[in-house]
Amino acid sequence: MVQLLSTEQMAEFANSGCLFFDGLIDNETNKEFLNDIGHTEIENVDNMQKYFQNIKASSSIPRIPAGTPLKNAYPHKSPLEKIFQNEVVAGAINSLVGSEAVVDHQFLHLTFPTKYFKKTNQRQMSQVNHQDSTIDPRITFDIQLFYFPTDVTKEMGGTRYHPGTHLRIVNEMGIAKYQNIKGQKKIVCKAGTIGIFHNGLWHGAGVNFSDEIRYMFKVRLQPTEKQELLWDPEKKYKPLPNKALYWTDENQEKTVNDILMKSYPWQEADTNRLDKINTIKFWRMLTGNKNLDIDYWLTRIENELY
Amino acid sequence: MTKRQKVLVLYLKFPSLEAEVISWATFDGTGQKLHMTGDSDEPPYPTGLDALLDGWRLFQSSQAIPEHPGEEFRTSYLKHEFFFEKIEEGDF
Repeated sequence: MVQLLSTEQMAEFANSGCLFFDGLIDNETNKEFLNDIGHTEIENVDNMQKYFQNIKASSSIPRIPAGTPLKNAYPHKSPLEKIFQNEVVAGAINSLVGSEAVVDHQFLHLTFPTKYFKKTNQRQMSQVNHQDSTIDPRITFDIQLFYFPTDVTKEMGGTRYHPGTHLRIVNEMGIAKYQNIKGQKKIVCKAGTIGIFHNGLWHGAGVNFSDEIRYMFKVRLQPTEKQELLWDPEKKYKPLPNKALYWTDENQEKTVNDILMKSYPWQEADTNRLDKINTIKFWRMLTGNKNLDIDYWLTRIENELY
Repeated sequence: MTKRQKVLVLYLKFPSLEAEVISWATFDGTGQKLHMTGDSDEPPYPTGLDALLDGWRLFQSSQAIPEHPGEEFRTSYLKHEFFFEKIEEGDF
């Protein structure tokens, strides 16, 4: 039985562009996955090229043609099949891109420690900020599932990401000049953690200052059906009524609308309002309700009488 | 003695130097420090004006470009960009 996302989790995804499930995958599966990819203890390998050759020679990850249905993608009883059949992972995927999603691509990201760069006299730099994979003005969205099979410490330079950037339409590395962005996050997590990113979320890999190789396995999934109320098949979601604007009530409990309207420290004063408008439009799409509004942002500008 | 340029790029919350820094990048032509993406979580200055007060010289800022008709709600790159420089002398 898959565990679909809650409305609050969907709102969190709509606002931030990401969701995390810390230490979700069990250690046995994490070990199986590392064996499957041809993990070699770091002391046995002295350069990056040799490591890549090892992985290429011994990895049992299947070659998956783009567009393959996810349910046919991974061999029976393989660790990747177990991961995608995990009730939380399957529930999140079904909630966001549906049960008939297809694999766009998969990629094993390796981030090597400093000693390999020193040996070859190479400059060790972090990956610049970017958005995958090209300019993408669709309303439909893909998700990218990030799987961390080992613990990721702060020193290991886990994936850097910028919550709330997913609805900004930019062209891949066109954002590379933003070295640092206020509110940036870096993934520090337990082995078995799963992150799910909206395809538009700005991100990049950090520098690995530890002594261990950092692994991250990424799979991009594309929907084949409309992404309306997939998490709420009984269609129970009802928009909240309008409230009095600029009227604070400290005793009021946090609502789904509060999750959706959260601001981030990197947002400009003017464009922050457009980010909110775009989040409401995104929520309209996800709920299939073309008239809902939050804090009157859209009603105000849709009241065109001429 | 030779001269080298240091460049500081600040992105501000609104298009005035008194505004809060929301994104930043530094490129050090003296070679004393290698800056890279994700290397600091706190901005070097709270506002653009504070950079001026510390001796950085402004040499370029973004223009105000009206939103394209029909695309008024489209969001994209950070808008309020300011380039500063310092020229350093030394034996680099």
